Amino acid sequence: MPATDDVQKAQRFREAALPYLDDVYTLARYLLRDASDAEDAVQECYLRALKHFDSYRGPAMKPWLFAILRNVCNAEYARRASRPSAIEDAPGAAEQTPIWQEGEASPETQVLHSRDASVVRKLIDALAEPFKETFVLREINNLSYREIAETVGAPVGTVMSRLARARAMLRAAWTAEEEHSR
Amino acid sequence: MTCDEARIMLHALLDGELDAGHAREVEAHIASCPDCAAEFAAQREMKRVLAETNLRYTAPASLRSRIEASLPKPQPQPTRRSVLRGFAMGSAVSALAATGVVAVVLRQDDQQRILSEIVSAHLRSLQAGHLIDVVSTDQHTVKPWFNGKLDVAPPVIDLTAQGFTLVGGRLDYIDARAIGAVVYKRRQHVINLFVAQTSSTEHRPPKTQTMQGFNCRRWGERGLNFWAVSDIGADELAEFVDKFGAAMKVNVEG
Repeated sequence: MPATDDVQKAQRFREAALPYLDDVYTLARYLLRDASDAEDAVQECYLRALKHFDSYRGPAMKPWLFAILRNVCNAEYARRASRPSAIEDAPGAAEQTPIWQEGEASPETQVLHSRDASVVRKLIDALAEPFKETFVLREINNLSYREIAETVGAPVGTVMSRLARARAMLRAAWTAEEEHSR
Repeated sequence: MTCDEARIMLHALLDGELDAGHAREVEAHIASCPDCAAEFAAQREMKRVLAETNLRYTAPASLRSRIEASLPKPQPQPTRRSVLRGFAMGSAVSALAATGVVAVVLRQDDQQRILSEIVSAHLRSLQAGHLIDVVSTDQHTVKPWFNGKLDVAPPVIDLTAQGFTLVGGRLDYIDARAIGAVVYKRRQHVINLFVAQTSSTEHRPPKTQTMQGFNCRRWGERGLNFWAVSDIGADELAEFVDKFGAAMKVNVEG
């Protein structure tokens, strides 16, 4: 039988962390684009979180779990040697491109139509990192800019420009997809 | 403000992340720049469509249980809460064999205590103004009212045609947990039907007990524990439970 302390700690951890399981799993699905990889990553994330739960001082559990998951996913990307590391903090060439491009490609305000969730999920999946994770953290996981900045270890200004670019790219891809499927 | 800046800031405006001063600056730029105004409108529209699209994933149950299984666990022992959740004398029988006579006594004490809390809740509800939180004879009004207030919405079934009038619903507290109570009337007699979630999905046949002059008939099915309490006779209460069970069966299988 495990020590009582461990049991109590596990109980506190269960109450604090398990309610966010769907959030963590959702982020993992978008970051890894694979259901079974996502499951493994989430399980590893919770194992690590439990191990470091003693040093957890808050304030918010969700961004803390996301930061751990991010590390796990980075390790997974390193393991997938064939693929380039998807999440990096150094601004890449893509990030320095002015965000004008996509906007000017369709200057008229084109109305987007609701699409099946599966179509939109694919469009989001196709976004490049680090824009995708910023977008998912904001739009799907509902983190504030400050929480995103803490999670990804970047200044709020960087979060803002990544988000702007992610949305411009998504909208361009969405518009293109609608024209394509017309 | 330049257009380059505005193209970034307009997202912060959309997300409600700007203080009043910056928000005014961005709004002023948008008001004077048709291109940025078009971009703002387009992004607002996309945000609206995205909000209507289900982009979240649900973790598979197998993942949840794998994580649960990896956490240190206490020795299985009957807790107060497990009685309410499990209400599972049936499935507890095997556990009892392992944990011995003490557990039997504990469990029966707890069952008795829950029954006494149920009867107390029933008595409280009879005091003026405590009976109903949502007043309606329409099951389609009562059921949605529970949504979001409880882990599980209790089944709300109109039995007016069978002689038991649905009069509303209420939140109550049993064993330090919020649970749903669906309120019926038989002539001038109140019937409180308490419904709580349980981890056991096995069917538990109804059983009537009496306490302080009230009849309480309890049963379990489809992952829920039910307690029907009233001062009507035991046979009438049994009739209520039979009709409720039959109607629920029709609802589920209907």
